[in-house]
Amino acid sequence: MDKILVCIKRVVDYNVKIRIKPDQTAVVTEGVKMSINPFDEIALEEALRIKEKGQANEVIIVSVGSDDCQQQLRTGLAMGADRAILVEHPENTEPLTVAKLLHQIVQQEQPELILLGKQAIDDDCNQTGQMLAELCSFSQATYASKLSVGNNSLEVTREVDQGLEILEIDLPAIVTVDLRLNDPRYVKLPDIMKAKKKPLDIISPDDLEIPMDPFFKVISVTEPPPRESGIRLNDAGELFDALKAKGLVE
Amino acid sequence: MDTEMKVLVIAEHTDGSINPSTSKTLSCVGELTSTGSDLLVMGNNISLAEQATRYQNVNSVLYIENEIFETQLAAMMSPVISKIAEDYDYILCPSTTFGRDLMPRVSASLDVGQITDIMNVVAPRTFKRPIYAGNALQTLEVQDNVKITGTVRLASYKEVETNNQATIKNIEIPEIELPSHTRFLRVETEASERPDLQSASIVISGGRAFGSSENFDLLYNLADKLGAAVGASRAAVDAGYVPNDMQVGQTGKIISPDLYIAFGISGAIQHLAGIKDAGTIVAVNKDADAPIFEIADIGIVADLFEFIPELTAKLS
Repeated sequence: MDKILVCIKRVVDYNVKIRIKPDQTAVVTEGVKMSINPFDEIALEEALRIKEKGQANEVIIVSVGSDDCQQQLRTGLAMGADRAILVEHPENTEPLTVAKLLHQIVQQEQPELILLGKQAIDDDCNQTGQMLAELCSFSQATYASKLSVGNNSLEVTREVDQGLEILEIDLPAIVTVDLRLNDPRYVKLPDIMKAKKKPLDIISPDDLEIPMDPFFKVISVTEPPPRESGIRLNDAGELFDALKAKGLVE
Repeated sequence: MDTEMKVLVIAEHTDGSINPSTSKTLSCVGELTSTGSDLLVMGNNISLAEQATRYQNVNSVLYIENEIFETQLAAMMSPVISKIAEDYDYILCPSTTFGRDLMPRVSASLDVGQITDIMNVVAPRTFKRPIYAGNALQTLEVQDNVKITGTVRLASYKEVETNNQATIKNIEIPEIELPSHTRFLRVETEASERPDLQSASIVISGGRAFGSSENFDLLYNLADKLGAAVGASRAAVDAGYVPNDMQVGQTGKIISPDLYIAFGISGAIQHLAGIKDAGTIVAVNKDADAPIFEIADIGIVADLFEFIPELTAKLS
């Protein structure tokens, strides 16, 4: 295939313990370490491996978000992507709108394969890839834990609730990736330097003629109710008695 | 208002049975409206439709029989559902890998935003859902005059009663072109006689501390005494001790049993996100400082290789 498009989202780093804003409108992102969504990083790694095997010519990364997303796109370029596109929009963008913007990019770039993370670890929506597949009328395979490129098709192993499901899908295709697909590479300093020279195009949603009106109004973002602190027991006998007293075992 | 609300639920089925996830989704319907829903069953076995008639909150079972729906591929189902959805205000399905794969395609086709993981219906157009792996809860209001599509978080709902007698309406596939770009090859499932993780009332899980897949036999023996399902931490799955479909946590299965017992699991945030809705959480760990003790209702500092045989003996 010629091109692979990888879609990446800038999110609060997965190691950060999140805090909720005092006015309960959102999670604090100012002054917090931000990263590429870990599942998107796995998607990018897979694209790079496919290219390195000689099965693709070019890996393009795209992100939708604020000007700060350039940092994550530069990281993606340092990992090995050939060029980057930022659809710049300062506000948080809902998955369907992101999918519509990406659809325009797909029409411009005509990639044969589009890779995304199965979900972003901030809003946990798990929608963008499938929505994009519908808008493009492409095949889809979500939760991929194994992917092999065939002649104009892919064989994808999906991690589903029942176990592993294996699909064969024709290109052009959209694959969303799960945790066990691969371990992304570390970025080396010379690659960071090289990445500074790679092309990063910035476009606006207006250029793509997609309305950015939201479907949803966020009423509040709150802490989950805490669990009450528990008790300590000493051995299996005490546990058995405690569970029996609660009617949980016979 | 309530009487005008038309709700369509998409049924999930597995191995010739309606999946309990469907029942829990119907429970969410009960929270949304008192006037029930239509349950769409797409499959290749009339007994699925017959099973579906028994669930509460179902008015009619809409049954489409065709062998292409036996494997429930999103790309095949979505055009049909989108067509049928024209007559409905709400389209809901379970937030399983099945529903999460399918529903965004339907939503995009209907040109509406979607609510993933509904955990509570606050008002007819306002829903609560977890974000950041359940470390925060978001309440969203959907704008007026659009259809609402969503997936229902199983851990937040109980199954409905099965004493209903809904009618079956056989439906023809609408005249639309179904894609040929997706082919199902096979499913690889680990055969198990034990209850399903997501519907079991007791779940016991093991972590990396087990050290080998053979040592998980300790847990299987205990599970058989308890009638429990067996889960595992991501570390135990990654170490190859158990298959991935046993993984409990943010990136595995989110569960809500009455009793959850974690053996040798330290309690990584991603694991805790999967068990927060359990009724009683018991943690057994050698390390007194393991984070799992912070959320456990009952904590025991012990060596699992001694503790599990003792507990198993008590249950005999």
